[in-house]
Amino acid sequence: MTRRQKRFATIGVGLVALGLASALVLNAFRSNLVFFFTPTQVSNGEAPQGRSFRIGGLVEAGTLTRDGDGLTVHFVVTDTVKRVPVLYKGILPDLFKEGKGAVAQGRMGADGTFIASEVLAKHDENYMPPEAAAALEKAGATGAGRSRPTTASPQ
Amino acid sequence: MNWFRWSSLQQFYPAAGKLIPWFASLAVAFMSVGLYQGFFVAPTDFQQGESYRIIFVHVPAAWMSMFLYVIMAGWAAAGLGLNAKPSFMMAQAVAPTGAMFTFLALLTGSFWGKPTWGTWWVWDARLTSELILLFQYLGFILLHGSIDDLRRADRASALLALVGVVNVPVIYFSVQWWNTLHQGASVSVTAAPKMATTMLAAMGLMALGFWMYSLAVTLMRMRCLTLERERHAAWIRGLEES
Repeated sequence: MTRRQKRFATIGVGLVALGLASALVLNAFRSNLVFFFTPTQVSNGEAPQGRSFRIGGLVEAGTLTRDGDGLTVHFVVTDTVKRVPVLYKGILPDLFKEGKGAVAQGRMGADGTFIASEVLAKHDENYMPPEAAAALEKAGATGAGRSRPTTASPQ
Repeated sequence: MNWFRWSSLQQFYPAAGKLIPWFASLAVAFMSVGLYQGFFVAPTDFQQGESYRIIFVHVPAAWMSMFLYVIMAGWAAAGLGLNAKPSFMMAQAVAPTGAMFTFLALLTGSFWGKPTWGTWWVWDARLTSELILLFQYLGFILLHGSIDDLRRADRASALLALVGVVNVPVIYFSVQWWNTLHQGASVSVTAAPKMATTMLAAMGLMALGFWMYSLAVTLMRMRCLTLERERHAAWIRGLEES
């Protein structure tokens, strides 16, 4: 090998080693890097106990109710398997809707209700004109017209 | 054609000068058509209304931020492997544009996050890894600037650029690997795009415009760097006299 080839080989081997090392590190940190826990993970006890965390999923249709003060809202977050009731007092983001994704930060109450201090809307990656969405809805198409569960981790 | 001919700065300098106006005008053309398409032709989105239109700047900027880092790391590797000064200079010329696009992606993303998610910033994997990318660009620029011996500055910052390249796949796949607030990819190589064709066209035109812009400013910066670093060469003195 010429010196030039040796240098390129060193760079290549170095990058492969670095890639492997970071893959292992990221894999080890996998559970610490999630932004939110799904209702299934919460019911399996994977969410941190006794401290604040985020819960994410779909806002179950027909569960959003408001108290008389107009600020306190109740809704259920679901990943279509498990359901967690959420209580939140504050202003919801514009995109917060039943049947759409949401992420709530807060802690688990004693009665199994999640007391949220912040609620964020999670939107999906589909963009289309309203007419197209209406047409899809009409045709009963799944996926594009409706928001899919946000438990998107394929593993 | 012998491509190595252009690795001679004396050959490259005038050639780049001839190319710059072409890339610059193409950039203006693509971006004006793209912005017109994005703001006036593309329809309103069914969920997000008008606020989604920031996508036409945000997504191409985010693509460029990752793409330019790979280009920069590629030139850094070429510089280290070939021991060639022009390659190091290319890496140095790409860095500020990459940093600018990273900053633009973060800024527009923050403007987009407030009306849709309800927050300017969250520490999810996608946003955090993109912020790290900005620090990598700034670190590269600062490291290069902080070493006086240019040969050592080139080699040290090239090594830093190469090590940092592992972050690029992390940014790209972060929305698949972890639960994030950021949504998944609307456009990818492996799946059909998840957006209306007119919207996609606007985004594609903006991406092309950003490419042309990057080419133009990188070549301009290359010419500046050549003048600065080769100022004692006889042919540069010849330029001044003519």
